[in-house]
Amino acid sequence: MGKAVHIRKGFDIKLVGKASNETAHAPISSVFAIQPPDFKTLIPKLLAKQGDEVLAGQPLFYDKDRPEIKIPSPVSGEVVEIVRGAKRVILEVRIVPDKENRYVTFDVPKTLTKENITALLLESGCWSYIRQRPFSTIADPEKPPKSIFVSCFDSAPLAPDNNYIIGSEKENFQRGLSVLNTLAAGNLNVGIAEGQADLIGNSISTDKTHQINGPHPAGNVGIQIHHIDRIKKGEIVWYVNPQDVVIIGRLFGSGKYQAERTIAITGSLTQKPSYVKALTGQPLKDIIGDKITFTDNTRVIQGNVLTGRTTYEDNFLSFYETQISAIPEGKEPEFFGWLLPGLDKLSLSRSFFSWITPKKKYDLTTNTHGEERAFVMSGEYEKVLPMDIMPVQLLKSIMAQDLERMENLGIYEVSEEDFALCEFVCTSKIDVQRVVGEGLEYFRIEG
Amino acid sequence: MKLVKDLVDNIKPHFDKGGKLEKLHYVFDGFETFLFVPGTTTKHGVHIRDSMDLKRTMVMVIFAMIPCLLFGMWNVGYQHYLAYGMETTPWENFLFGAIKTTPIIIVSYVSGLTVEFIFATMNKHSISEGYLVTGMLIPLTLPVTTPLWMVALGGIFCTLLGKEIFGGTGMNFMNPALLARAFLFFAFPAFLSGEIWTDLSPEAGHSIVDGYSGATNLVAFDYNIDNIQSASSMFWGFEQGSIGETSVFCILLGAAFLILTGVGSWRIILSVFVGGYLMGFVMNLLAPAGDLTHAMHMPAHHHWLIGSFAFGAVFMATDPVSASHTPTGKYIYGLLIGAFAVILRVFNPAYPEGIMLSILLFNVFAPLIDHLVVEQHIKKRLKHAQ
Repeated sequence: MGKAVHIRKGFDIKLVGKASNETAHAPISSVFAIQPPDFKTLIPKLLAKQGDEVLAGQPLFYDKDRPEIKIPSPVSGEVVEIVRGAKRVILEVRIVPDKENRYVTFDVPKTLTKENITALLLESGCWSYIRQRPFSTIADPEKPPKSIFVSCFDSAPLAPDNNYIIGSEKENFQRGLSVLNTLAAGNLNVGIAEGQADLIGNSISTDKTHQINGPHPAGNVGIQIHHIDRIKKGEIVWYVNPQDVVIIGRLFGSGKYQAERTIAITGSLTQKPSYVKALTGQPLKDIIGDKITFTDNTRVIQGNVLTGRTTYEDNFLSFYETQISAIPEGKEPEFFGWLLPGLDKLSLSRSFFSWITPKKKYDLTTNTHGEERAFVMSGEYEKVLPMDIMPVQLLKSIMAQDLERMENLGIYEVSEEDFALCEFVCTSKIDVQRVVGEGLEYFRIEG
Repeated sequence: MKLVKDLVDNIKPHFDKGGKLEKLHYVFDGFETFLFVPGTTTKHGVHIRDSMDLKRTMVMVIFAMIPCLLFGMWNVGYQHYLAYGMETTPWENFLFGAIKTTPIIIVSYVSGLTVEFIFATMNKHSISEGYLVTGMLIPLTLPVTTPLWMVALGGIFCTLLGKEIFGGTGMNFMNPALLARAFLFFAFPAFLSGEIWTDLSPEAGHSIVDGYSGATNLVAFDYNIDNIQSASSMFWGFEQGSIGETSVFCILLGAAFLILTGVGSWRIILSVFVGGYLMGFVMNLLAPAGDLTHAMHMPAHHHWLIGSFAFGAVFMATDPVSASHTPTGKYIYGLLIGAFAVILRVFNPAYPEGIMLSILLFNVFAPLIDHLVVEQHIKKRLKHAQ
């Protein structure tokens, strides 16, 4: 067994609408779209033109700055449209799929080495599933990491249950892990929750399997990296989401890029929350079916309610997404809302009577519960950030654009998602994640 | 409720852009958001937010002060009738106190909020909730005999020079309410020290009893520690003093509420008490052996009971804006406040209320304390990095 990490700081947000362990298949869709904006910092250069026939696994576009990084098509079919936005930025590559999916078949080497794994991942486009800290961009194959991390569980609100999802694809998952372990020269670290040892099996050495206990954000890979193998200046750590490990595992098993993943449809406005098997780039309405009705009073989110982004009826499933949440909009003003006892109001503070029912599940809306103010309350962020980092001081250094101080206070170790809970609890309703993003951007541009 | 909403929606257009009262938009906005938590929704970042906001925070602090306020009202009446040697019921005491205290509270709020409204209108920003607490703190720290014009001056002074010139709530570096108290104390010493603690407005047919003394325990202990009242009267609050600070029991109720709700920092409250105790203990050790009534001989825990030590520790030192922001810094800040308060009390009879000056002093030092804590943290981080 590797390290046992006990996380004390944090907050589990319990919401109604957790997906039950049932999985349906999304119907075959009439069009797919791969969206370059899903990939942070990637500038797309097209490899497939309108009218081209592509196979599943064939690259659609590559990154202008790093041409070896290619994004593959999840289906075979005809490229029918390149949707562009302002300044001709490519927003979507749309494909009409064949009835029967045809795949590019890649040669899987018999004995795996770091080099041939890298080559196959790059060739198949599956490299795009490997991302790096700092900056959460697609990993740079030229700059080897000190280790690779996989967090086997997601602690975010209503997050998909990986025991259920990965449990049915254990073989591919374990194959994926051993591939990554070879790629990392034996430095693959896996963070598991209690009772997940079974998922890993014998795929990697047990001293790199770390058991993590505690409330959200314990499942965030950034938190696990911090407690197991901290990033220092100049160091790089790669990370892969568990469902993406499965896709890599499939590639090394069958030689095909099979992009199917299991999406948790969750939230209080979802009818019978459960799982749906779908492909990257599939239209949301096909995945959601009649589980969610898009109205003015429904906020549909790709991802979880802390870090996801608002999505609409005609959108497509994003590349890395494994969850869709639907919650009510909170547009109704509330009479003397700040004075009510608040049995149905969730708060980290105990100023609402809801704290006497800690197990209660909440049906929260998107209401901000107050307006943005100058920073007043101290000591709040510290309660939900389980890192040896001073969150307020780091944020202030970012606002002051003081690069040296940001570095000293640990900007390389953080990502927006690690600060999502700080933003949730903030009494002054400050956009904490946006500030962290700006800080990281200064450094990314500086190189 | 629907009626109120309709009314608000009806008059709202006058205050919006292009309306007749456009200039008063932010004042209207202040009242509207006071009545209704606005229906604004999250735009970027997290999609759900904690139900806590600054209004709720401030209201929690006011709730915490209610025991002190109610007891203070009763005590104002009690002390008044005691001075005249009259037998009265608790209700009569309370009524007398309420009649004397309420105008002070109203004047405090009206004066301070007027300045806030003027600044919000001039600078086009929404009205912050900070004054909800400041407006209540000022009356609680004043003697009941304070003239109303002086209360108004305090409210205006602290909002203007304590807060707005720095950019409003969240930007000030000193506790505004305490600044008002200190300003009045130094500007009008005749009204805030001496025999001013009990309202001695004449009672027909009665005269002040012979044994009456207007000196508080805080003044008394400096001359002879045997002259102070029993620990239990000081704990429950049957003593002369500012309106809200006499009952340590009520203050502790407030402290429990602040800590339970998570609004007040237990680190600061605890460490102010500990700091005061430790310094009191050191004083005991160093006290002149020949003079057993010397102030330095006072049992350390009596420092918690006399004067406004407890009130300052619970309601003033904990102001999150002017206190230290780092967890470690809060301990240091609190310990120093407690210790200095006792030093000032014992060695400087000219300013008997050491806690007020001590808190203001360490408000100024709080950023420095934080700076040192952060530098230490960075040093530790860099060590890890090698």
